[in-house]
Amino acid sequence: MIKESSRQPEQASFRETVAAGDYFIRTVKAGQTVRLLDLEGNQAADTLFYSAADPAERYSAMDTLREQGNVYLTAGTVLMTNRMNPLLEIVADTCGRHDTLGGACATESNTVRYDLEKRCMHACRDSWMLAINAHPEFHLAKQDITHNINFFMNVPVTAEGGLTFADGISAPGKYVELTACMDTVMLISNCPQLNNPCNGYNPTPIEVLIWD
Amino acid sequence: MSDSLYTTTLPGSAHWSLRVRRGMQLRFTDLQGGANLAVLMYNPEALLERYNAPDTLKGQHTFKLTRGNCLYSDMGRVFASIVEDNFGWHETVCGTLSEKTLQQKYPVRSYQDHHNQWTLSGEHSFLTELAKYGLTERDMAANLNLFSKVAAADDGSLQFDPEAASPGASVTLRFEMDTLVILHTCPHPLNPATDYPMKPVQIDMLKADPVSDDDYCKNFRPENGRAFENNRLYHLGL
Repeated sequence: MIKESSRQPEQASFRETVAAGDYFIRTVKAGQTVRLLDLEGNQAADTLFYSAADPAERYSAMDTLREQGNVYLTAGTVLMTNRMNPLLEIVADTCGRHDTLGGACATESNTVRYDLEKRCMHACRDSWMLAINAHPEFHLAKQDITHNINFFMNVPVTAEGGLTFADGISAPGKYVELTACMDTVMLISNCPQLNNPCNGYNPTPIEVLIWD
Repeated sequence: MSDSLYTTTLPGSAHWSLRVRRGMQLRFTDLQGGANLAVLMYNPEALLERYNAPDTLKGQHTFKLTRGNCLYSDMGRVFASIVEDNFGWHETVCGTLSEKTLQQKYPVRSYQDHHNQWTLSGEHSFLTELAKYGLTERDMAANLNLFSKVAAADDGSLQFDPEAASPGASVTLRFEMDTLVILHTCPHPLNPATDYPMKPVQIDMLKADPVSDDDYCKNFRPENGRAFENNRLYHLGL
């Protein structure tokens, strides 16, 4: 469901643009609100969240969609951890719904989905492998790179049990906003995928804004 | 069954783990109807490689799993193919019964008072088996829930279908690489039953025929064919 925010970008305490193919990692404090802004439309922002105090506790796609009884994430969704605690709440959403079934692309899954010889094309999970090794201060390892949210992606499930890749419903200026329920590490891959329409075949930058 | 090399029955509220070799099959049978068999899979030689539900679903453009579907690892390989299935719709997105939900949902039976009729959570069942291999809660990815049908309506709302329960239903997995298989028979977290369902699952191990060029699962989708090629590369020189 569409829900606008009244927060003003000029009052954000932090703003940074993330280019396509880059990762972004930062701690969001409890009570802060973070906005992910789809600057040019139809960009997939693959996102993972962890408890900053103990990253073994992290965003759980399964617990979140099961507890809310719905496969799509939107305003009102509470992102749950693997220990069944609330991690963040989606407080504004002008896109309408977000995916958490499709996962993030990887060089390995790209060889399966597209072509065995595409193993060297850049992919989200490679960005995350670099992030965890370049930032040991966050204490993340490969087993922590688990099932993510794909903000701005539309992946409808059919009544017959199919998964479809429909046209994106995002557009320039669409955003999603989340308020942290605990100190949270946010790890984003701004998806570089060129082989399917999740980025409209044109990966573009997103902006991260944080309000206190 | 005369073709079964090994047969056992897992009672309800139980867990187990075993290494299954490439070329072997596990046939699971829901003896009474209404069982849930939760499954996690890992490469025993490289435990960081594990069953990945999103890769499995998006690679095959599916939400449900049945005959023809392959169960993908996160390294572009196939752990196992679903070669036979008369249940028709298995799910892999709802996770497992947490200890918290178990306490809220059921009259809990302690070991002290009930011995082997105690009621376990899926969470504790998985944690117990995972620890035997040095794995932890961080290694608990989305699991399979065999014999549980969950569908999504147009608005995304999830529905567990208790009417899908079928006494004698069976599903057979053929293993395409050596796999560490972690299992439990705790109820599906969306099962509406108010009393903890204790449902046994029979497990038979059988030898598979060699995978032919026109194999149903390998050819079910071109993606599966490429994943099989990744398995071929993985085993070269063995």
